[in-house]
Amino acid sequence: MEIETIAAISTPIGEGAISIVRLSGPEAVEIANGLFGGKDLLQVDSHTIHYGKLIDPETKEIAEEVMISVMRAPKTFTREDIVEINTHGGIVAVNRVLEMVLESGARLAEPGEFTKRAFLNGRIDLSQAEAVMDLIRAKTDKAMGVALRQMDGRLSHLIKKYRQELLETIAHVEVNIDYPEYDDVEEMSHTLMREKTKKVANEIEQLLQVAKQGKILREGLSTAIIGRPNVGKSSLMNTLVQENKAIVTDVPGTTRDIIEEYVSVRGVPLRLVDTAGIRETEDIVEKIGVERSRKVLMESDLILFVLNNNEVLTEDDKNLFEAVKGLEYIVIINKTDLNQKLSLAEVKKLAENKPIITTSLIQEEGIEELEKAIADTFFAGDIDTGDMTYVSNARHIQLLKQAKQALLDASRSLELGMPLDIVQIDVTRTWELLGEIIGDTASDALIDQLFSQFCLGK
Amino acid sequence: MLYDGGHYDVIVVGTGHAGCEAGLAAARMGAKTLMLTLNLDMIAFMPCNPSLGGPAKGIVVREVDALGGVMGKVIDNAHIQMRMLNTRKGPAVQALRAQADKPVYVQEMKQIIEQEENITLRQAMVNELIVEDGVCKGVVTETRAAYYADAVIVTTGTFMRGKVLMGDLEYESGPNNQRVSVKLSEHLEELGFQLTRFKTGTPPRVNGRTIDYSQTEIQPGDDKAQGFSFETEKYNTEQMPCWLTHTNANTHQIINDNLTQSAMYSGAKRGTGPRYCPSIEDKIVRFHDKPRHQVFLEPEGRKTEEYYVQGLSTSLPESLQHHIVRSVRGLENAEIMRPGYAIEYDALVPTQLWPTLETKKIPGLFTAGQINGTSGYEEAAAQGIMAGINAVQKIRGKEPFILDRSQAYIGVLIDDLVTKGTREPYRLLTSRAEYRLLLRHDNADLRLTELGFELGLINEERHEKFLEKKRLVEEEKDRLYKMIVKPTKEVQEMLTKVKGSPLKDAVRAYDLLKRPEVKYEHLESVIESNESLPQVVKEQVEIQIKYEGYIKKTYEQVGRMQKMEEKQIPENIDYDQISGIATEAKEKLKQVRPLSVGQASRISGVNPSDISILLVYIEHGKVAKLAN
Repeated sequence: MEIETIAAISTPIGEGAISIVRLSGPEAVEIANGLFGGKDLLQVDSHTIHYGKLIDPETKEIAEEVMISVMRAPKTFTREDIVEINTHGGIVAVNRVLEMVLESGARLAEPGEFTKRAFLNGRIDLSQAEAVMDLIRAKTDKAMGVALRQMDGRLSHLIKKYRQELLETIAHVEVNIDYPEYDDVEEMSHTLMREKTKKVANEIEQLLQVAKQGKILREGLSTAIIGRPNVGKSSLMNTLVQENKAIVTDVPGTTRDIIEEYVSVRGVPLRLVDTAGIRETEDIVEKIGVERSRKVLMESDLILFVLNNNEVLTEDDKNLFEAVKGLEYIVIINKTDLNQKLSLAEVKKLAENKPIITTSLIQEEGIEELEKAIADTFFAGDIDTGDMTYVSNARHIQLLKQAKQALLDASRSLELGMPLDIVQIDVTRTWELLGEIIGDTASDALIDQLFSQFCLGK
Repeated sequence: MLYDGGHYDVIVVGTGHAGCEAGLAAARMGAKTLMLTLNLDMIAFMPCNPSLGGPAKGIVVREVDALGGVMGKVIDNAHIQMRMLNTRKGPAVQALRAQADKPVYVQEMKQIIEQEENITLRQAMVNELIVEDGVCKGVVTETRAAYYADAVIVTTGTFMRGKVLMGDLEYESGPNNQRVSVKLSEHLEELGFQLTRFKTGTPPRVNGRTIDYSQTEIQPGDDKAQGFSFETEKYNTEQMPCWLTHTNANTHQIINDNLTQSAMYSGAKRGTGPRYCPSIEDKIVRFHDKPRHQVFLEPEGRKTEEYYVQGLSTSLPESLQHHIVRSVRGLENAEIMRPGYAIEYDALVPTQLWPTLETKKIPGLFTAGQINGTSGYEEAAAQGIMAGINAVQKIRGKEPFILDRSQAYIGVLIDDLVTKGTREPYRLLTSRAEYRLLLRHDNADLRLTELGFELGLINEERHEKFLEKKRLVEEEKDRLYKMIVKPTKEVQEMLTKVKGSPLKDAVRAYDLLKRPEVKYEHLESVIESNESLPQVVKEQVEIQIKYEGYIKKTYEQVGRMQKMEEKQIPENIDYDQISGIATEAKEKLKQVRPLSVGQASRISGVNPSDISILLVYIEHGKVAKLAN
């Protein structure tokens, strides 16, 4: 249906040894063939891969050594002709290839446009399409796993289960309404309704809990390191980066101090704020005041708050405690190799039951405890990703939140003693919202349920 | 040789519940109308249960009334009992149900039609339509009369190729042994219409003199003056009760032992019956673990001893029906007056209709009622009035009159029919309405009277009264909003009495009424009362205030769909030109030809991805290009 051929870099920039430029659309093969110095791609079989060199049409020079996959419609991801040009990793080669295909007539794809086409061409359903979007953005192995599982329909499966439970409840209310005189149908009671809605509300809440983790897995845990000057923030950053595999490698043309660092700590990906940011936090409170610095810190998912074991607690430290109040943070008392001057009791009092870790970064002590504390904070200590279904997509999370809200509204109406058919408005809304996640809003389902569940008629 | 029967604006074929409303609506809008019936003594006859209304259906009766129809007025004059159902539930699902006095109902309706100035009422069998250049121009009767008209409304109910089934007995017949209509059915097929075969059934009737009522439970009507029509002022409160009994193991044994003798279980291929109206055979087979089923004994009128045995609908042979009836407690000596039977008939696949109920294939031809695959007197009446209105609108070159799903159950009914079609006789259920809270029986007048007035079906006097009611409701709401209720002893006592928590601070009377436990009458007892206010106004004020939050929420829901409803699909769209839409969806779209994207999204087999593609095409203006 689409007439334009689109192209984009379909691998994360800077990551991996190979980068891929993907083309989709009726002219995909023709465009690639025009650049390719190898076989005639117009003649090759579908789903084959070919080695050769790309020739720059302007300079007629060999531009890149590539492998080209040719996949013809309809058995492709978008159900259109697809060509994938595999180039060397790094940013230069792949950008040059992209420029060449764009000059030859392809249009730069909008974000997610391949998926959109796959969706519009009926290749995948909505929740799958969105899972693919996440797949594209997946930054860590774990996030990759989540997106894959979702595509397998595990989320769909769960949602369908909840919907069925709600549907049976709704049908029960409906039958009481439409057949008020039938005595062989038990009257749905407020108690029963409360039970049923509560059950589903809990299950949705659980999904939302893991959704939080799903978001973290995909985007990394935004992590700020704060503390007064010379408490060991830079050492902490370096230690975390060195101890753990850095996910993002340096990209030519950029310097370490302006990119975000991704590190995976026991499966929890951390996105450490840029070093410039850390530098600013040294006197962030002093500069912009507690209130405003709090706002900045609130954007972080996790704060690593470093204190110096060798110094007594200062006013600045106390201000920082004030700034992180109620947020997710870990207190790190560093420099345990030096004499203890810090009052642990005082710190404990200020730290609101948050974990307190003692380290000596110079002597590489306490690092394991710190890593464990980080993992514990977000996985409640028990990481069992294999059995979890993550909801890792903003739209899904939004719909789940709305569904939860609708069920809360229903419980509120129940408490108020509203009639069940009024309560049911919100239950039905929940059912619809869950249906939107999996793209299923067929309304005949209720009527069918009604007549299969109950013996009705005159 | 045909003779010229004359020219009319509108011809209505059939005078059942659809035909009566269609003919009266057309006539009252000023159209010269001819109504043809197979049997003048069977106008608005109820061939099955003697009741009208109930959940959803009762609301439809009020909607028909608010548009200026007659069903509500007639039943208000022709019932033996009325009950408000679901009174312990919310306002949206409460509904009135009447037990009809069948013979009186027929007489009342017949006289109304006879007295209508613009109507010619005549007994005749219609065999064919007059179709010229693909447009319907009139009808031809069995007696060789050719009647001409600008619009024809066919409301033939279950008469088309009707076949009565009882055990191995089967014979061609309309309901209640009336003449069957065969030629019209064949003619519609020749014209290219797709017909389907549906089935329904009715239970035996017994002589009330032979019922032992002491063995049954009494089911009285409400001890209260109430009626369907917003215009009714004189209420009939002299009520007759119904009676409740049950089937038992013995009944089930007889049926199980003889299942193969049931016309519907004999293995022969039969039309599709409705799930909500199963025969007793169906109930016992499908829900075999139920030890008993309810049986209601309903009088068919004041001047007859016939009782309708609700719950025993069957197509078993007459000989077995005696045994089955007599196995039921209280009916041990009951005498059957008419046996139950199943009836098969031709119905039009309703997706061949526009939402105006005009057929897509033949302009000028409208169909309404059971011919469109529905069941129920109320569903028929609703379609009747809409077809009547639209026929006249069309003749006059005016805009089609279409109610949407948030306006009326009538809108839900017709949208379902023409958009989704139906695989079984269609019955309205409250669960079919997604905006149930808006479609209440108490506000049918507020929703539709103005529209009826604009169409010319509601007279000046009624309209004035309606506006007055509306004004009183608004004024009273305003008064309660401005009134502050203080936590006085009197107020606290009232709240204790209704098991509510006491007031902490002064509140608006309006907000106090929001509490579920506080009824208007309670509030009224502690504030300066507005005594002259009619009860219906108080009731309306209470509902609007109490459920305000939920009503608002429902309107938001309507709003979400509105965008899709407003996105029109060009009539000349060529779905074949749109690649990407799944083949099944394409076929459905081509058949239904939805007028809006909202309507398209309700077609089964059309997926969200098909709708996305459709939207992309419409938005890019590609549809227009492709269609040219």
